[in-house]
Amino acid sequence: MKVLIPSPLRPYTQQREVDAKGATLGEILEDLDRAFPGIRFRMIDEQDHVRPHMRFFINGEQVFDMDRALRPSDEIQIVQALSGG
Amino acid sequence: MTGPTKKTALLKTSGTIAKKSARKAAPSRVAVFVATRKGAWIFKGDPTRKTWSADGPHFLGHIISQIMLDPRDGKTLLAAAKTGHLGPTIFRSTDFGKTWKEAGRPPAFAKAKDGKRGRVVDHTFWLTPAHANEPNVWHAGTSPQGLFRSEDGGVTWDAFSTINDDPTYREWMGAEQDGTPDGPKMHSILIDPRDPKHLYFAMSSGGVHETKNGGQSWDVLVDGLEVVDGFDANTITFHDPHCVRMCPSNPDRLYQQNHCGIYRLDRPSTKWIRVGRKMPKRVGDVGFPMVVHPRDDKTAWVFPMDGTTVWPRTSPDGKPAVYATRDGGAHWERQDKGLPQAQGWWTVKRQAMTADAKDPVGLYFGTTSGELWASRDEGKRWSNIARHLPEIYAVDTADLK
Repeated sequence: MKVLIPSPLRPYTQQREVDAKGATLGEILEDLDRAFPGIRFRMIDEQDHVRPHMRFFINGEQVFDMDRALRPSDEIQIVQALSGG
Repeated sequence: MTGPTKKTALLKTSGTIAKKSARKAAPSRVAVFVATRKGAWIFKGDPTRKTWSADGPHFLGHIISQIMLDPRDGKTLLAAAKTGHLGPTIFRSTDFGKTWKEAGRPPAFAKAKDGKRGRVVDHTFWLTPAHANEPNVWHAGTSPQGLFRSEDGGVTWDAFSTINDDPTYREWMGAEQDGTPDGPKMHSILIDPRDPKHLYFAMSSGGVHETKNGGQSWDVLVDGLEVVDGFDANTITFHDPHCVRMCPSNPDRLYQQNHCGIYRLDRPSTKWIRVGRKMPKRVGDVGFPMVVHPRDDKTAWVFPMDGTTVWPRTSPDGKPAVYATRDGGAHWERQDKGLPQAQGWWTVKRQAMTADAKDPVGLYFGTTSGELWASRDEGKRWSNIARHLPEIYAVDTADLK
């Protein structure tokens, strides 16, 4: 599954777009962390909550549910929220 | 993950241009580690500490709370980092910042049980290498207040002792809105050089605490400390130590810059004495940093701040000055030669002032306006090392052999 990586996280992936495996958004993030250790904790805190300025989109739709089921054709965009100055 | 871009530049201080070949080499040089709101810098001095080269920025755009060299191995650097959007982490370098690797497991609170609201580390605020006989062991303090320990040189971190989830400590820590404007802090983790099981830490807010058994149990050390007018000093939550330091030459002597004054504690006594009463009334004894002399337990330095009315957090009257005591706080001497004599509306944060171990001692502080200042003569005269850096959060030194 294609995952679009925002620029603040590209030091981990070195790429704008990477492949990850998983049946849910949560599994995708765990797979990303296996490939790029540390990347998940920058987005998801120790209580398994999405950090305040991170956002996830599936095929352009914003998703907050980590259990959201995915289809192989889905495209995931990780976005740094437009916040701050 | 490799380190971010960095640049090296030769700087000059007091109009003196570096001349490498003309000087006789001294046995060691001083490195000054500067953590800022937008990255980290390492300044390396020549043996006389007159000229400095700047190495940085490291982690440009990251909020760096502290960057520190392990004095036990002389090569491991840890940097506590986060960005405005990404969660907190710790970076580690063993080649003096040429490359950095991220911690495998940064400090994080335990996951809450179902239905309970768990705490989240916003940033690691304070780093302390453990005892000299405990190589690779580090302690970290976080915001909100949490105490963590690494036994593998900063790669993985776990809660240290049970205080992070202890109901009494949680009450003393207060809620997140009870702390300083950018979050309540765990800081001033001090290790007794005579005994690795004897530690202190302080919390803003939440008082000063001591263990003599490696964190199995803790005692509160707030006797003699004042709290804000109208509040009860018996309530630990109201105690706000800003910075506590242990004298290297006498680990039984602690100095503290508190929200409510400057104090000294001589163990085994448990009662703090407010030595800041001897500061000039116009200046007061409010501030954040506290610095102690490496070889003389009667000498300490503070950087007073305007803590009146709404707490402007600037130098009093816009006239920045260090104050030094040479007699354990009985008298204080103003040290402002070389500093702006007017319209200097900055101050110095609690981790942003430190000393080296040279003779005479070098002092260093970084300002909220991004200036790095140094004194090669224990505060008698100050010169500027760098301007136009981001807001400086922490300054630490190391002796480079």
